[in-house]
Amino acid sequence: MGIIGDVAGIDIGSRSIELVVMRGAEVVHTAKAATTFDPVGQCRALLKDVFATRVVATGYGRKLFTEAFDGDARLGRVSDITEIQAYALGVTRLFPQARTILDIGGQDSKVISLGPNGRVLRFEMNDRCAAGTGKFLEIMALSLQVPLTDFGAFAQSGDTRIPINSMCTVFAESEATSLMARGEKAQNIALGIHLAIMQRIHSMLRRAGQDGPLVFAGGVARNPCAVELLREITGTQCLVPQDPDLAGALGACLHAQKLLENDND
Amino acid sequence: MTEASKAPTLAKFASPVDRFHLELEPLKEAGMKLAGIYCVFAPVELVRAAGAVSVGLCGKKQAPIPEAERVLPANLCPLIKSSFGYAATATCPYFNATDFILAETTCDGKKKMFELMNSIKTVHMMRLPTDKSPEAQALWLAEMRRLAAFLAERTGQTVTDEALRREIALQNRIRRALLDVAAFMSEARPPISSLDLMGVCESRTFVLDQEAYLNDLLALRGELEELRAKGSSPYRQGAPRILLTGTPVGRGSEKVLRLLEEAGAVVVVLENCTGIKGVVGLTDENAADPFAALAKRYLDTPCSCMSPNTGRFALIDDLTRQFQPTGVVDLVWQACHTYSVESHSLSRHVTEDLGLPFLKIETDYTESDVEQLRTRIEAFLELQTH
Repeated sequence: MGIIGDVAGIDIGSRSIELVVMRGAEVVHTAKAATTFDPVGQCRALLKDVFATRVVATGYGRKLFTEAFDGDARLGRVSDITEIQAYALGVTRLFPQARTILDIGGQDSKVISLGPNGRVLRFEMNDRCAAGTGKFLEIMALSLQVPLTDFGAFAQSGDTRIPINSMCTVFAESEATSLMARGEKAQNIALGIHLAIMQRIHSMLRRAGQDGPLVFAGGVARNPCAVELLREITGTQCLVPQDPDLAGALGACLHAQKLLENDND
Repeated sequence: MTEASKAPTLAKFASPVDRFHLELEPLKEAGMKLAGIYCVFAPVELVRAAGAVSVGLCGKKQAPIPEAERVLPANLCPLIKSSFGYAATATCPYFNATDFILAETTCDGKKKMFELMNSIKTVHMMRLPTDKSPEAQALWLAEMRRLAAFLAERTGQTVTDEALRREIALQNRIRRALLDVAAFMSEARPPISSLDLMGVCESRTFVLDQEAYLNDLLALRGELEELRAKGSSPYRQGAPRILLTGTPVGRGSEKVLRLLEEAGAVVVVLENCTGIKGVVGLTDENAADPFAALAKRYLDTPCSCMSPNTGRFALIDDLTRQFQPTGVVDLVWQACHTYSVESHSLSRHVTEDLGLPFLKIETDYTESDVEQLRTRIEAFLELQTH
């Protein structure tokens, strides 16, 4: 028995892969897997029982995906869009009032400014380094020996805000090590790390000219400490989707739907 | 990009090193001096009027950078590190063949690097002012005369007005022909690819026989006219059109240009100094003093080392009218402070006055960020097509 959809969207990020399958206007299936060293194999496993006539890929692996799956009889036509476009489409569906999207993923973070119709007006992306990304939090969680899923709550239990000055992942790790050596509580170091990342994000939001309702999406939006600090720093009640890491795959799926409509016209 | 016929003369611009060696041998045997140049501020007319020839030097590849970083700080622009690395490792065939190097006090990184390079080969430094005030023009004219004296000492040939006028006329003809070739990019579907055009432009400084280079350009122009008449183009209809500005690009450092074209854009014009910036602006052939006319022409170069550098905005306005771009990409080599700072005012000018989307890309010569750049570039192009 398979999952029969009209269209599917798949977001192949640096850390995780998300899949959304739709039939008509309804989402009939979602799934998630780690990217690992074999993203094509992981995609194949995720799509094992999926049938669709249009698939759109997004994320860093989008080109790899289209090369590997284009022409697959079960998936129909395969094409790709950037995650900027995908997040804009996905978030606009979830929150039509959104004007700014913050997406902190595993490898990069982006701020997308939207027009009233959900059109992308501008976007800002961090450059190649891991500062201000999920990877930074992951490495820090590892060095403090806290599971990544608990890292936000762990930081929220800190009682003092210590500044972490190094934003380079490598240097920040040594800074954390020297704080540990001075006997600083791990919770406070974790809080300091979250503060550092969110302050960096704040300057990116200001560069992009944040305006109107802000939606926080991407994997890091699952982290309660990051959400709390973003609300505090921006002074706005930012919106977080129920499944913040699915927004890109949803957007890709909605784009596939649009392509399918054009096919049928 | 689609398959299309290529202009046959493009092959002449394909391997400049081979051509250089062929041209150099008889000149060297005749005792001709070879000046190495790095920058569009180097007055090649003057070099040739003094009986020498000039050649552009390597500085667009990553390969010698690790060696350069033994001496230079890592956090320096890749162009400076690469230039120095090639000189220090003796791996640039052009540099190896030169008798001396012409340099200018453009940016801080370059002028301090040239101090170090001087211990590898004689560097003649021209003191380039940073504005166009009467004092600045007087200084730059004096620097032209000081260069003429430096050259005369090496070639034994004093620069006469007559010789200088002859070389000015030749370079003007070359610039006009290059502008004609570049103008084909204003077509909806140009008959030449942007990467090929980059090679044509870049070859200007590598070809010693400048008359032959001019003839190649004229032949190319004719071929492109034919291709245009046939509707042959490597581009599809309705592709986004990009004006690329900022720091120089050439063979080896064309990654952003390549990514733009791979993402389906036509890079309609390179505003940078390896593109149109070094070509626009002719020297007044009727001026009473050819030295003064030449000095004026070079000081008008709208490089970010000028302050203020309003000429760059005016040039971008002109190019926007001619080439009808749908977006502007500002490429800044990492740690190039002048272009990086200027990017802010340029961004406002482009978005507010020209109403075009603007993307600043800061990167280096490595391939390490290619996929990240691809995402940013594709998203930028999506803004223009969706």
